[in-house]
Amino acid sequence: MLYGMLAVFQEAAMDAEAAKAWGSLLGAGIGMGLAVIGAGIGIGQIGNGMTQGIARQPGAAATIQTAAIILAALVEGVALFALVIAILFKFVA
Amino acid sequence: MRLDATLAVLQGGGAAVQENGGAEATPDLSAMLMHHLVDGHEIEVGFLGWQRTFHLPEWEPIHVGGLALDLSPTKHVVFMVATAILLLAVFIPIGRVVRGKYTDRAPSGFTNAMEAMVLFFRDEVVRRNIGHDGDVYTSFILTLFFFILGMNLFGLMPFGATATANLAVTGALAFTTFVVTEISGMRTLGFKGYMGTIFYAPPGLSGVAKALMLCVMTPVELLGKLTKPFALMIRLFANMTAGHTLVLSLIGMIFMFAHLTVGRFAIAGASLSMVLAIMLLELFVAFLQAFIFAMLSSVFIGLIRHAH
Repeated sequence: MLYGMLAVFQEAAMDAEAAKAWGSLLGAGIGMGLAVIGAGIGIGQIGNGMTQGIARQPGAAATIQTAAIILAALVEGVALFALVIAILFKFVA
Repeated sequence: MRLDATLAVLQGGGAAVQENGGAEATPDLSAMLMHHLVDGHEIEVGFLGWQRTFHLPEWEPIHVGGLALDLSPTKHVVFMVATAILLLAVFIPIGRVVRGKYTDRAPSGFTNAMEAMVLFFRDEVVRRNIGHDGDVYTSFILTLFFFILGMNLFGLMPFGATATANLAVTGALAFTTFVVTEISGMRTLGFKGYMGTIFYAPPGLSGVAKALMLCVMTPVELLGKLTKPFALMIRLFANMTAGHTLVLSLIGMIFMFAHLTVGRFAIAGASLSMVLAIMLLELFVAFLQAFIFAMLSSVFIGLIRHAH
């Protein structure tokens, strides 16, 4: 894939600056997409566990819900790490 | 909403389009985002057409050793100080009233609400994570929560700026948590016990196996000590920045499609309804992230106090 990208750079006669911008944006976009897939799957799993737990023990619904929201925020944080790195790609080099 | 300020910046771009005589230059979304998210030296306020830009003073950097410290009050610093003043103005009277008027009966009104939150943090967050001798940390955890919440909520108000959408602010908060955690660990475990949390080998080994495990585990433990506050910093910063970036991008989309003759109002309507939904989510995220920062701080303090 890297050879393919090099071929694109040479075909389009890009200078180093344009190639860097092109490559960094592509990397940021793909990275963000993958990170969001991971976050979606993770939060979906938490939702799965939460609904099953509440279905089995309706009395513990409040505890399970609170724990699930906190865990979802932590998983979201991981996806946002990727966002920060993607922002770094776009605006810093 | 920050519509007035956004309009000012974007109509600057829109005016340029009209001067150029057509759809040559699209509004500068990147500049608008930077203007609203990044720290600056101007605070804009406006109301129904009247607008005023306050230019904040820029002070000379103070040279200490090899560093040049720029201590000038920027936009985020002003909002941090405003949050601090608000918290002092709310909680010092409440403390006085609880100690004076309400020593033998339950408080009423606003004091009741604040007491409910304080007790919630003491029982569910501090005592659950740090233990019964951790009541002294209640004030620290509460300060973290209300300070971060105040800064987050100021960012959601019209013409407000989110001080927590600044890596330096969240970094300072995370560093404070780190210092409190480590000093708490040193005081509870003693010097030898604290070194045991850095130079860690699983108990029961001796000789070559112990030396080997020490060599492997020490960098891991050191990194573990550093990644926790780093994660705190990045989590808060990214949550605040991401929400604002999304809202600003959606509003900027209205201006990107302003040159269309058919459908530009429909796009504006769709964009604004999404912005409404995301602002509600942002409100929830403001509370949640402040709570998570405070709760994780208490978890880290509890973890190092019970390391043995």
